[in-house]
Amino acid sequence: MKILVLISNVPDTTTKIRFTGDNTAFDTSGVQWIINPWDELALTRAVELKEAGAVEKVVVANVGEKITEPTLRKALAVGADEAIRVDTEPKDSYFVAKQLAQVAKDFDIILAGIEASDYNGSAVGGMLAEILDIASVSAVSGLNIENGELSVNRDIDGGSQVLSINTPVVLIVQKGIAKEPRIPAMRGIMMARKKPLNVVPAVDAEPRTKFVKFELPPPKAACKMVDEDNAKELIRLLHEEAKVI
Amino acid sequence: MSILVYTENWDGKFKKLSFELVSYAAALAKESNTTVTALSIGNVAEDELKKLGDYGADKILNVKNEKFTETLDNRALAKAVANAVEAEDAHVAVFSHNNLGKAIAPRVAVKLDAGLVSGVVALPVSHDPCTLKKKVFTNKAFAYVEVLTDKKVITLAQNSYELVKTENKAVIEDFDPKVDESEFTTVVKETNKITGKVLLTDAEVVVSGGRGMKGPENWGMIEELAELLGGATACSRPVADEGWRPHSEHVGQTGKIIAPNVYFALGISGAIQHLGGVSSSKVIVAVNKDPEAPIFEAADYGIVGDVFKVLPQLIEAVKEMKSH
Ligand SMILES: Cc1cc2nc3c(=O)[nH]c(=O)nc-3n(C[C@H](O)[C@H](O)[C@H](O)COP(=O)(O)OP(=O)(O)OC[C@H]3O[C@@H](n4cnc5c(N)ncnc54)[C@H](O)[C@@H]3O)c2cc1C
Ligand SMILES: Nc1ncnc2c1ncn2[C@@H]1O[C@H](COP(=O)(O)O)[C@@H](O)[C@H]1O
Repeated sequence: MKILVLISNVPDTTTKIRFTGDNTAFDTSGVQWIINPWDELALTRAVELKEAGAVEKVVVANVGEKITEPTLRKALAVGADEAIRVDTEPKDSYFVAKQLAQVAKDFDIILAGIEASDYNGSAVGGMLAEILDIASVSAVSGLNIENGELSVNRDIDGGSQVLSINTPVVLIVQKGIAKEPRIPAMRGIMMARKKPLNVVPAVDAEPRTKFVKFELPPPKAACKMVDEDNAKELIRLLHEEAKVI
Repeated sequence: MSILVYTENWDGKFKKLSFELVSYAAALAKESNTTVTALSIGNVAEDELKKLGDYGADKILNVKNEKFTETLDNRALAKAVANAVEAEDAHVAVFSHNNLGKAIAPRVAVKLDAGLVSGVVALPVSHDPCTLKKKVFTNKAFAYVEVLTDKKVITLAQNSYELVKTENKAVIEDFDPKVDESEFTTVVKETNKITGKVLLTDAEVVVSGGRGMKGPENWGMIEELAELLGGATACSRPVADEGWRPHSEHVGQTGKIIAPNVYFALGISGAIQHLGGVSSSKVIVAVNKDPEAPIFEAADYGIVGDVFKVLPQLIEAVKEMKSH
């Protein structure tokens, strides 16, 4: 069994969001890049399954330019065996899924995150499954493999389900897939330097959407303060002024 | 030409978000001089289907096949929806930006060679080119996205469009989605549903506690306030990680993203990752003993104080309000 983990390179979650060029592009100056939090959890689970002997190989893939390599090295340090970088700037979800389709064919399980924390597309995993014409399961919060059989937990509105599903499959994962993201250890970091990071050229694909402009939310009005000893006043305000209760 | 909207049902019933979605599609149809077809898959009674007409659906395609709703098989569902889009010659397909919408909209977009914009918050700012406003950076910013294809797929963020009632009477037609039994690959072995509680993602009032609540034994007060207000309970990530509350209640960037009418943040510092999940709430109320806590920058109403002193007063006040 081989797992491919899709890795999106995103700004650290505490990054102050700013735009440049008349608000047409995200300002990347001074940004710290990380593995998208969901992808980090997916990778952690894949590595756990490998350690448990249920999976032979864990490969990570990213569509991005050279600046994403430190993020891929980090994924190798966490425990992936190999990394693939499709060398092109990601243009939209469809474009990215098309690029990934060329490297994803030989895997039994493909793990994608439920959304990238930058452009919040929630799309690449599903699109890739459709392009490859294979099954996909979304909102996956657990994955177990026993005797080569997959058991998948998925969240539904107001509950959860356990599914069985055949490979190949794209699992679109969220919270719960692993408990805590694994932090690379010194030994992992050393080993990661020697692991293969293969760069492959992009295939032709036309993006279908284009980001034209960005905007920050309007500044919030100041918080209206109520005295600690007069907490009842707060309920009155919520009822009569804000009319939300 | 028409607009197709996929209206999910929950045990045969629609929810507010289904009607929001139809209202949105109806407004979109009006702007582009076309009609709205709602697609319903599963076992929904005719009276319930008719409600879609009240919010502007002109036609309802009814697929009475429970296999789709039992398995929620993404591939089979996407094929059914894409077939409906083609049968209706629709140029736009609209989904909710919830679990199921996120699961199938991308697949439908690929099938239709359509551009997808997800998490849309408003009607298009322009039609030619079609430019849509969506959330990015987990609620920290918005983007305007141009769709470059003739066909478009949209997922609409919850609580971003008002319900609009119309006088429409929708025509209901049975629809054969032309999906073979053999195309279902998902086998559901077990389903666990929480019943009798307001779902966090549907709730108009959410009462949420953080590490400042000190321990699980203090959640009685949070539950009481939520119940009095007909709302749901939530928590910050460390609270779920500590096992004080179930993971299903964790809100934030890595948990659920919610947008209730009012969100009570009790003993929550307001870390940026937490705010990502709640900042679309209409009103945020914060109680925190630290006047410098970042939650006060995001909040509309606040009390600097000890939550153990404040919460009982809030509960009292709500009881009083309700008795009037
Ligand atoms: C990649 C990443 C993703 C994350 N995702 C999420 C997420 O999805 N959701 C999330 O919540 N967090 C998330 N976090 C964690 C986040 O950064 C914060 O650590 C977390 O939100 C803090 O939780 P808290 O406010 O409950 O606890 P604390 O930060 O410890 O805050 C407790 C607050 O309670 C107040 N307090 C204490 N006692 C009292 C009292 N008696 N009365 C009143 N107030 C009191 C304190 O003043 C303090 O402000 C994420 C972090 C990372 C790095
Ligand atoms: N450029 C990329 N390279 C590799 N994987 C990606 C890329 N962008 C998105 N993904 C994967 O798709 C998931 C969803 O991303 P998105 O659809 O962009 O919100 C992410 O969590 C990643 O697993």
